[in-house]
Amino acid sequence: MELSCRDLAVARGGWPLLSGVTFRVAPGRALILRGPNGSGKTTLLRTLAGLQPALSGRADPEPGMIAYHGHADGLKSTLTATENLRFWAELFGTSPDVRSALAAFGLERLADRAAAHMSAGQRRRLGLARLMVTGRPVWALDEPTVSLDTASVTRFASVLARHLDAGGAALIATHIDLGVPGEVLDVTAFRSAPPARGQGGAPDGFGNAADAEAFL
Amino acid sequence: MRALLLRDLRLAVRSGGGFGLSLAFFLIVTVLIPFGVGPEPGVLARIAPGALWIGALLAVLLSLDRIFALDREDGTLDLLATAPIPLEAVAATKALAHWLTTGLPLALVAPGLGVLLNLAPAATGWLIGSLLLGTPALSVIGAFGAALTVGLKRGGLLMSLLVLPLYVPTLIFGALAVGRGGAGADAATPLMMLAGVSLGTVAVLPFATAAALRINLR
Amino acid sequence: MSLWEYANPVRFMALSGRVLPWLAWGAGLCIAAGLFWGFFLTPEDYRQGSTVKIIYLHVPAALVAINGWLAMLVASLIWLVRRHHVSALVARAAAPVGMVMTVIALATGAIWGQPMWGTWWAWDPRLTSFLILFLFYLGYIALWSAIEEPETAADLTGVLCLVGSVFAILSRYAVNFWNQGLHQGASLSLDAKENVADVFWWPLLVSMAGFVMLFLALVLARTRTEIRARRLHVLRLRERME
Repeated sequence: MELSCRDLAVARGGWPLLSGVTFRVAPGRALILRGPNGSGKTTLLRTLAGLQPALSGRADPEPGMIAYHGHADGLKSTLTATENLRFWAELFGTSPDVRSALAAFGLERLADRAAAHMSAGQRRRLGLARLMVTGRPVWALDEPTVSLDTASVTRFASVLARHLDAGGAALIATHIDLGVPGEVLDVTAFRSAPPARGQGGAPDGFGNAADAEAFL
Repeated sequence: MRALLLRDLRLAVRSGGGFGLSLAFFLIVTVLIPFGVGPEPGVLARIAPGALWIGALLAVLLSLDRIFALDREDGTLDLLATAPIPLEAVAATKALAHWLTTGLPLALVAPGLGVLLNLAPAATGWLIGSLLLGTPALSVIGAFGAALTVGLKRGGLLMSLLVLPLYVPTLIFGALAVGRGGAGADAATPLMMLAGVSLGTVAVLPFATAAALRINLR
Repeated sequence: MSLWEYANPVRFMALSGRVLPWLAWGAGLCIAAGLFWGFFLTPEDYRQGSTVKIIYLHVPAALVAINGWLAMLVASLIWLVRRHHVSALVARAAAPVGMVMTVIALATGAIWGQPMWGTWWAWDPRLTSFLILFLFYLGYIALWSAIEEPETAADLTGVLCLVGSVFAILSRYAVNFWNQGLHQGASLSLDAKENVADVFWWPLLVSMAGFVMLFLALVLARTRTEIRARRLHVLRLRERME
């Protein structure tokens, strides 16, 4: 699965944040997003995953191919690990190979434990295991290694490497070197310049150029 | 969708899911009414249809925030929005799960509470019928209100302000059907109107709910 | 040149700046003339006596209250379909004006109802519908003020306005079904048999024109303020980015 993106512009809170985002990633490689806090990594990932509309530009593949994992794990604390994963497997219409997903993240012994009784790191691992049951070829991950210990990071990196080997792709906002083959994209390079006064053609964040001209 | 429905039902009945709270609330409101208006059987019988309907409506209102707010907090809503089922179906399914865990039980316990308020025996059937037909509308409208306010930190009060005016037609037809049924008058007309309101809202509002969710997820 | 040109804030500001004084003066003159004419130069009604004269406030306010919501609906639709920011701001600006008009209609109705029906308030279908309309205005304004991000607020209130409009009409029919009331029927429709006499009709028309102009003037003034506030917000954001 090849990832490509041309001249994408994204906005946060109606304000243009990144523009002209262009990249191309060969199959089997990951795209690592770098940039300081607030630089637009999350916004870019959410836009690619289809959670918010892009201001302009296009990206491949479409959101229907992407499994998104954000800051929150999307777990129900009163459901057990197995129940949580099985739910997502059924929702995504995949054959629920829940057991091997749990095993990949070393969660077999916690299979019947409610998510409420797990540590933050265990919950994160369970959240990441969800990616495996979605059956989607592209993973969009926002700081996936938060609250993971070193052993878990290694485990995650090997799962990721296997996913890429199998022809999958990944977009990852992270500051840790996961040791997977990939390109690095520094999002600060695409920061939108504040549009100059009276410059109507600039990416405006106001839906149409005429409005922007007037408000600026 | 079946998976989502089953999950919501399971969450509702597990500990902390809030199932039963709305029933208890309905009971307490009904018990409080005689303290407010006095124990005279004639008065209670007269106000029973409306009082029971308002009690059920408030019980539904109080449980609305669990439709989307919890899923928003733990990130599930983001993942549902990226799942292969349309958000409209998510909205409809969650409203259905809400009805099954709130509206349906309320309709089933209402006759018992009707006894406390000296409800005319002839009205009991109409009470169950009107609640069964009307509470789906309450759930669907409520889901819309919950979707509008899902992005707000303390949206509960605002949600009540938005949702309650939308409940007016449902309440009018529902209480009217019970009242007329108890008095032996024509109750079929308001009951059919009520069914119309429910069918119309069930058909249309999930789209508005999904639109509101999309706006809030941006 | 199409009508949509005025959706551009600059053109809107220029045009509204020119129109606003005329509307404001027109509103003042018409309302003053209509009320003076109605209060002092018309005979008293043979049944209702001098109390009927409150009609020169009551009916125009009610007219504007309903059409204010209609204006919000149209503006919301334009915003949701064409994404013109001025349109969203017009909808926002119209809501409090419409709400105040609803309150005026309710209050004058109560004052009129006291001597006529012997009660300040009756759960008459028309009164009840206006009370429900007031609640809709209240919810709409509350939602606007609760959401910080302007575009999200505009979108959500737009959706609420659409859904609310359907429910407002539904409530109107439900309320009619619920209680046939005391209120006199519409006495201003063109073909009604029992219409108000011409002597009352003309000053009423002048007063209604005045109220409509007052509504437009207030909405324009509020929209201009909103546009300036939005612009200030954008300039601040820009400063922060630089």
